[in-house]
Amino acid sequence: MALAEIAWNRFGLGARGDASPPADPKRWLADQFERWNPRPAALAGIATTVVAGQAVAQAQAELRMVRQERRATQAEAKPDAMRMAADPPDTRAAQIRRGVRQFYLDGVAARTTAAVASETPFVERLTHFWSNHFAVSADKLEVTGLAAAFEFDAIRPHVLGRFHDLLVAVEHHPAMLLYLDQAQSVGPDSPFGQRRVGGRAGLNENLAREILELHTLGVRTGYAQGDVTELARALTGWTVAGLGRGGPRIVPGQLGDAVFVPALHQPGPRTILGRQYREGGAEQSAAVLADLAVHPATAKHIATKLVRHFIADDPPPAAVARVEAAFLSSRGDLPTVYRTLLAAPEAWVPGTPKFRTPWEWTVAAMRAIDAPAVEGRGLVNLFGQLGQPIWRPGQPVGFDDIAASWAGPDALMRRIEAAERLAGRLREPPDPRALAARLFPASLAPITAAAIARAESPAQGLALLFVAPQFLRR
Amino acid sequence: MTDRRNFLIGGGAVLSAAFAPRLAYARAATDRRFVFIIQRGAADGLAMLMPTGDPGFAPLRGAWAEDASAARRLDGMFALHPALSGMAGLYDAGQALFAHAVASPYRDRSHFDGQNVLETGGAAAYTVKDGWLNRLLTLLPRDDARAIAVAATVPLALRGGREVASYAPSALPDASGDLMARVTQLYAEDPQLHALWAKALQTRQLAQEAGGDAGRDAAATGALAARLLAPADGARIAMIETGGWDTHAGQRGRLNTQLKALDAMVGALKTGLGPAWDRTLVLVATEFGRTARINGTGGTDHGTATATMLLGGTVLGKRVVADWPGLSKLYEDRDLTPTTDLDALIAGAVAGHFGIDPARTMATLFPGSTGRRPVAGLIRA
Repeated sequence: MALAEIAWNRFGLGARGDASPPADPKRWLADQFERWNPRPAALAGIATTVVAGQAVAQAQAELRMVRQERRATQAEAKPDAMRMAADPPDTRAAQIRRGVRQFYLDGVAARTTAAVASETPFVERLTHFWSNHFAVSADKLEVTGLAAAFEFDAIRPHVLGRFHDLLVAVEHHPAMLLYLDQAQSVGPDSPFGQRRVGGRAGLNENLAREILELHTLGVRTGYAQGDVTELARALTGWTVAGLGRGGPRIVPGQLGDAVFVPALHQPGPRTILGRQYREGGAEQSAAVLADLAVHPATAKHIATKLVRHFIADDPPPAAVARVEAAFLSSRGDLPTVYRTLLAAPEAWVPGTPKFRTPWEWTVAAMRAIDAPAVEGRGLVNLFGQLGQPIWRPGQPVGFDDIAASWAGPDALMRRIEAAERLAGRLREPPDPRALAARLFPASLAPITAAAIARAESPAQGLALLFVAPQFLRR
Repeated sequence: MTDRRNFLIGGGAVLSAAFAPRLAYARAATDRRFVFIIQRGAADGLAMLMPTGDPGFAPLRGAWAEDASAARRLDGMFALHPALSGMAGLYDAGQALFAHAVASPYRDRSHFDGQNVLETGGAAAYTVKDGWLNRLLTLLPRDDARAIAVAATVPLALRGGREVASYAPSALPDASGDLMARVTQLYAEDPQLHALWAKALQTRQLAQEAGGDAGRDAAATGALAARLLAPADGARIAMIETGGWDTHAGQRGRLNTQLKALDAMVGALKTGLGPAWDRTLVLVATEFGRTARINGTGGTDHGTATATMLLGGTVLGKRVVADWPGLSKLYEDRDLTPTTDLDALIAGAVAGHFGIDPARTMATLFPGSTGRRPVAGLIRA
């Protein structure tokens, strides 16, 4: 029973209210690899990368036209009329932005519905983990429109593949190329760069740096500025049609698609981490990514983050070492890595060492009561209030994965408010006493059971269950 | 540590949102209005309506003698809690009737089960699926207009075959004070959460220092209900949920806040309804009462019989209706003994108010009530 709770909570997304404890919890987790569906019903109607990318590119083109028209109008107008024209809200631009934002809202709703309904919650959790590891942030309009497609198309299909495949899918997705400015990067000696004099087109090393620092090797693992610059040069050529440098003559392909454009690529061989990479267009950076994906520093970095995410804020070194070794020996075969994680004795130590993030907590509460679907706007508001706006960590490092970042006084107050609202929305709340006993068959704390039993209504009992110490943690 | 907890339970400002009322409405073709205010959490009848004339009262509730001496005397036996000054005015105007030693058929002490019985009208918990207030709609002339609904969710008493929508003014942003007090207890043994929570409460306290009128939320809900009930084509039946009545500790201060809010809510209903108040009946009822003795934490625990209120222009008021059992012998040696059947009281009041057959009303609203008869003479002829 105790192991079942660990499987449900530490490795899953919290038990669904109607679940019965798995007989073999470790096996229940590993078996999810066989049953995993990268595109479950909840995501069926969601725009693909191609559709969202095209819409985003189109929206940007329309916004450019709106701005041009406005400038033209203002140029003709007299000075005081000009001031008037600037004042009223630009409704057409707002409409265009709203249209793009809808992809984000629908994506948040679909992600939540999929998580609440999931029968393979361990793998679902892994997709959330990788989505945060390879974080994009929906701050720019382009990323807002593509953030959902990024997780659904670049992460989900590869979560049970090799790390290398995941890495390639992520770095070549338009959301990542746009978020970390790769779409703007041009090789100074490329044909396109050579034609551009005056310095407007040039190298942008943002993506290259984050690939080394965040996505693969990890910070301070021995790479130097020269490696960053060389990787940035190798990556030139990758852009997004209609949203990066160069017009349709130079960058062919459907608007919004990630493309490699030889005319933007910095020619010549590269040296990265002491290794030579010959000239070869797109194959040059592909070869670098292939090496980075199986690099020992990458193995250690990924192992540390996985163990921190699933086991403890201070990752037990022995568990990290075992996962790291599995990563290296399997050359980044992710199911092998996950199985090693599950086999670590540290993973099954009783207790609740991790403080649930707002996302994990909300999903756990919603799974417990099989919460009715909430539309995107409501969820975006909820996660915003709880301090974890989905796909909007604000920085490429993603959201923090330690209790200190989530367990604050105000954050706690907001969870209590959210718990009351979540429970209060239920038309027919389940009996919270029975539910608490089902969710925590082995570990329901007497103080929690007593508080729930003494609650003045079923809804209040549910709210207390959601904010109970053992529900806030996993 | 302990100071913080005591402060929370005793402090009025933190608890100002405890009332946290919610509304739900249904429409029927009649010019009579009926409002059911449910007190979730078991309101203490012996504090709302004090039997000061019973020689057994002072020994049981001596610690709260201050409230008793400030209470408004209604007759030789009963006095109304001082926080209910508006209701005292209604009493003088003949528009308030209080019943005492009242209980539903439920005899155990679980809130959930007790509220289930109170709302379904069943003889036992979970035996009836729909609510008696919804079944009441079937007894009223059917109106061509769609039923209107107002509240975040439809409470059980209003659920059933007849369509009832719901409307909430807006999500209340703050957690209710009662929930916050319970969270304080929940975190008592968890050092990390206890410390975080103490800080959170401190911040909340500072933020609320300026404001904090306990009755404001409740009055706003009463006014909203009135706006929805008053128009000729408006709702005819409303239910308002109130919480925060489960006063296991620090009851004096908390109940004072709760009752002020209730009084303000009823006052806002009356004001908002205007002339329609004359055709209105308000029922205030709770799932069960509380222990006759004060417990070790200045509160009372789950009990049995309690007090029920009938308010409004159609009430044959200025009366306390009670087959007073006395306090010398308590039910199971702890609670006020029930002598009046809440189901019979509700059926009698509602039948009189809407002019429908009392026996049929009793059978429809309370299907397990065979043999029990509705209380007559509660409503003006």
